[in-house]
Amino acid sequence: MHTTAEATSIAMPGRPMPARKGAMRLPMVPKLAYRNLFHDRLGLIVTVVGIVFSVVLVAVQFGLYLGSENRIAAMFDHAEGDLWVVPLGTKSFDDPAMLSGRERHNILSMRGVANVQELAVGFVNWRKPKGGSTAALLVGSEIRQGSALPWSVIEGSANALAAPSAVAVDSTYFQELGIARMGDRAEINNMDVTVQAVTKGIRSFTTLPYVFTTLSTARTLLGASADQSSYTLVSVAPGTSVEDLRAALTKRLPDTEILTHAEFRKRSLDYWLFETGAGAALIAGALLGIIVGMVIVAQTLYASTKDHLNEFATLRALGASASYINKVILIQAILSAVIGYVLGMVLNLIVIWAVEDSTLLIVMTPRLALMLLALTVGMCVLAALCAIFKVIRIDPAVVFSR
Amino acid sequence: MTNFMLEARDITKVYRSEAGDIMPLKGVSVELAAGELTLLMGPSGSGKTTLLSILGCILSPTSGSLQIAGHATAGLSAEGMAGLRRRHVGFVFQSYNLVPTLTALENVMLALDLRGASRAEAPDLAWEALSAVRLSHRAHVMPSKLSGGEKQRVSIARALAGAPSVILADEPTAALDSENGQAVMALLAEVARDTRRAVLVVTHDHRTLKYGDRMIRIEDGRIASRARRRSATVADVELAPAA
Repeated sequence: MHTTAEATSIAMPGRPMPARKGAMRLPMVPKLAYRNLFHDRLGLIVTVVGIVFSVVLVAVQFGLYLGSENRIAAMFDHAEGDLWVVPLGTKSFDDPAMLSGRERHNILSMRGVANVQELAVGFVNWRKPKGGSTAALLVGSEIRQGSALPWSVIEGSANALAAPSAVAVDSTYFQELGIARMGDRAEINNMDVTVQAVTKGIRSFTTLPYVFTTLSTARTLLGASADQSSYTLVSVAPGTSVEDLRAALTKRLPDTEILTHAEFRKRSLDYWLFETGAGAALIAGALLGIIVGMVIVAQTLYASTKDHLNEFATLRALGASASYINKVILIQAILSAVIGYVLGMVLNLIVIWAVEDSTLLIVMTPRLALMLLALTVGMCVLAALCAIFKVIRIDPAVVFSR
Repeated sequence: MTNFMLEARDITKVYRSEAGDIMPLKGVSVELAAGELTLLMGPSGSGKTTLLSILGCILSPTSGSLQIAGHATAGLSAEGMAGLRRRHVGFVFQSYNLVPTLTALENVMLALDLRGASRAEAPDLAWEALSAVRLSHRAHVMPSKLSGGEKQRVSIARALAGAPSVILADEPTAALDSENGQAVMALLAEVARDTRRAVLVVTHDHRTLKYGDRMIRIEDGRIASRARRRSATVADVELAPAA
């Protein structure tokens, strides 16, 4: 080994490094984050399981919420009209009462009205063919070619409801209604009805089965007069202001409320989701999922950071800025989030597929998927703050005592 | 004229506590000349580590001044101090302090990344640094698979990468056997021959004396003695009192 003072020096490596702005940097931060994360496999598994649990819980809760929204809003999404004339104090579509019966002619006599449709809706007693009975919500509408109600008809046709005492029910309610197929007979409010059409997937939020029929049959079954209805839908003529017509209708029709389509939809959603507490429970479940996920990620990231504290202190001693070290921790958090999110979404899609034919409706939309990704990353970044607080307090002088 | 890469004047450090003030450094002045290896020796508790931390811009002195490569540290924030040591100071630690999840080469590249090396130049510089410590054949080996001597050579390569003005080594041979310890000191002596750089080695080990160009002895927070190599050859290990 050479040891003389005159010996050749190690003149390396090159020159001092000036700070180079804009030059392509080495990918050392992500590499270090990745290696730290995968170095502790058990810790990574715990983190990912926590995130997956959180993602699935939040996705199912929000999916159920969206599914509930879809069910509550289904009638609105298939009904045609700009304004709804409803009995004063109506809380939702599924909370029907009868209008006085003078509305239709009154409305038709006004300028700016293109079309009027009536719906007769009410609770009925459905007597099963083999005995027993259950409550149902009867929806009577003007059946004509291209009618919007009922929709998703898989057997028979909406036009077949024009036959006397004909009704349409959903196949998912067959067991509850005590029937097995099209053509089966039952009683509504002690009057015979025949199933002449079958729909698929029209389920109510309240669990009461929807039974569709014509407006006239519904009036008969509900004991309403020949001109009474629960709701009158008004289509505004082109060139007429919806607000102007609403103001005119409000003056003309006492004891009613004139709501826009969006208002009545929102009122129904708010009633079922928030006034009954159902939606709040779903949102609370989702929040719980977020909190549980965040706590688990925070704990494991904190533990991982503690395990690597000596390395972070060394980095600090070598001159790493606080932001350099924070980036390592944040990338660890984001990597955990992405892995957990992907696995969680796969599991969530399996859950959605598994409950497809059940009474549960879990909805997943691209928007919800993106929101969940943002939520998961946000949750993990927030969880990383504990670890960052730990790291920024490191005294780099500890490297000399180890 | 001597080219000092580091100059510390009248450094004091006081730790204040309820039990009373502790003063590990009581007016220490140190200069590290380019192209020289300086040994800092002294008993435990004499203030060596505190002095090393201050010279490395890890701790701020309570009073006194410090200049590294012509840059004064007075008034610098924690991030400013980090920037100064990033650009001008390389560290070699007793326990190597390599990142266990990165290979030898990546450990060197990490230091280059901190010093702002670009993606294009860093790999070559890292290879050069490992070649300089004769470890390029172990470039892709993880630290856990390296011997103690090899780890310390990676640590020296990491300190060298980016060509800092000052290299500070804290007991670099303490965790090594005699043979590896000698090899590491010889390597640091080689490193110190570069006239753009000064090297300071904190050591307890008297076998390292022969590698030093100068020796500073610290006791009870004060410089007790200074000595300079009398002969140009390391065969003559006697150090004469400095003028």
